[in-house]
Amino acid sequence: MKPILSQQQVLLTIKRLAYQILENHLQLKNTVLIGLQPRGVFLSDKIVSELEQLVPPSSITYGKLDITFYRDDIHKQLHHANRTEMPFSIENKEVVLIDDVLWTGRTIRAALDALHDFGRPKKVELCVLIDRRFTREYPIAADYVGRAIDTFPNQKVMVYLQNAQNNERVELLENGV
Amino acid sequence: MKLSTKHLLGIKHLSQEDIQLILQTAADFKGVLQRPVKKVPSLRDVTIVNLFYENSTRTRMSFELAEKRLSADTINFAASSSSAAKGETLLDTVQNILSMKVDMVVMRHSASGAPHFLAKHIDAAIINAGDGINEHPTQALLDAFSMTEKFGSLKGLRVAIIGDIMHSRVALSNMYLLKKMGAEVMVAGPPTLIPTYLTEAFDVKVTYRVKEALAWCDVANVLRIQLERQNQPLFSSLREYNLAYGISRTLLDSIGKSITIMHPGPINRGVELDSDVADGKDSIILQQVENGVAVRMAVLYLLRPTPQ
Repeated sequence: MKPILSQQQVLLTIKRLAYQILENHLQLKNTVLIGLQPRGVFLSDKIVSELEQLVPPSSITYGKLDITFYRDDIHKQLHHANRTEMPFSIENKEVVLIDDVLWTGRTIRAALDALHDFGRPKKVELCVLIDRRFTREYPIAADYVGRAIDTFPNQKVMVYLQNAQNNERVELLENGV
Repeated sequence: MKLSTKHLLGIKHLSQEDIQLILQTAADFKGVLQRPVKKVPSLRDVTIVNLFYENSTRTRMSFELAEKRLSADTINFAASSSSAAKGETLLDTVQNILSMKVDMVVMRHSASGAPHFLAKHIDAAIINAGDGINEHPTQALLDAFSMTEKFGSLKGLRVAIIGDIMHSRVALSNMYLLKKMGAEVMVAGPPTLIPTYLTEAFDVKVTYRVKEALAWCDVANVLRIQLERQNQPLFSSLREYNLAYGISRTLLDSIGKSITIMHPGPINRGVELDSDVADGKDSIILQQVENGVAVRMAVLYLLRPTPQ
């Protein structure tokens, strides 16, 4: 096991991501933040609570998107679906998708498909905590990156954000152990 | 995350976990059905045949809609306008259809056990859309979904099943499901329409008085009198049935509590249910139909074929 981000680093990184999003979306007027179920939501919850310190909470539009039914691997394995909560229109909005780890890019591809079924956004950006470089299987890149790391396919990135009272951290596991 | 079965032949073969998984997945699909685009690409590479050897409006349309909402390709078969009328056997028909690369079979048949027979001979996943007087599993699942939606849980819920129990596959599937999920069941109807061995097979209460069942229950699932399956007269007339076993507003009001009314359809108005009850505020009959699509999407999604 190799530590990637300590608790202090995770919290600072999340703060930075919130500021970077705000830098490009002043006032968040036409912006929609969408966390990807299940694990991207733990990150997006934290980014949104950072943003609530910086802008009036009423100006934040925040939703959660589940992409289970859009996955390209359901013929191999079925995954549990999670709740989608998007009680607003994304038509002509600037969408920021938020996920914890960007790896093959397949989840984001599925998310773009799913998003398309809710309307036609003006623009879609991607925000991730960890970018596993050089492992992409689709031409997808993130606009906001917490930390970019180089990994082998057999390694596993573990992000501990939920219920991690003062123990938020990111670790790299060899061969999944 | 998987069902313990390859086919959905009946509730009898499902575990409690299976039922929970189907109901939970159905809730997710109900969310999909409320979106602007009510469709997901999950079954894009799957072809499904709807094989209906018996008439149906709701179930066939509900299955077809569920398939389309999942992006599956569908073909429809109605026995009356097919080669079955020329004497082709069930197995021949199905094997011919499957040789055209069909992945799943949704079947309704007037013979009890027809889908079970088919499951022994073919590889494709089979979903029973009603077989004779045996089971109608997706109806029981959508009934359970609708009750869960209204009451939160089935555990301890008191459900009365009223009407033609003898000839009803809905009654049998519902009894299996409700007992597996911890609900209490009472059946009510004329003695000629309730199997005598019922209490030996199921832990259910039996009464021949509708009022007693209504006074006891939270939910009344009212069934249609299946005249087409009765080879001999089992009660004297529809009018008399209505007077003794039909549910009227006056009868409900005399009980003095609110009872949720369900019916699998088609309703014979003025026989088992009076119109002001069927259309009344406690009726969730149309919600049942709405939920049917989400429940069938869940079943199809969970039973989709996986390559070897």
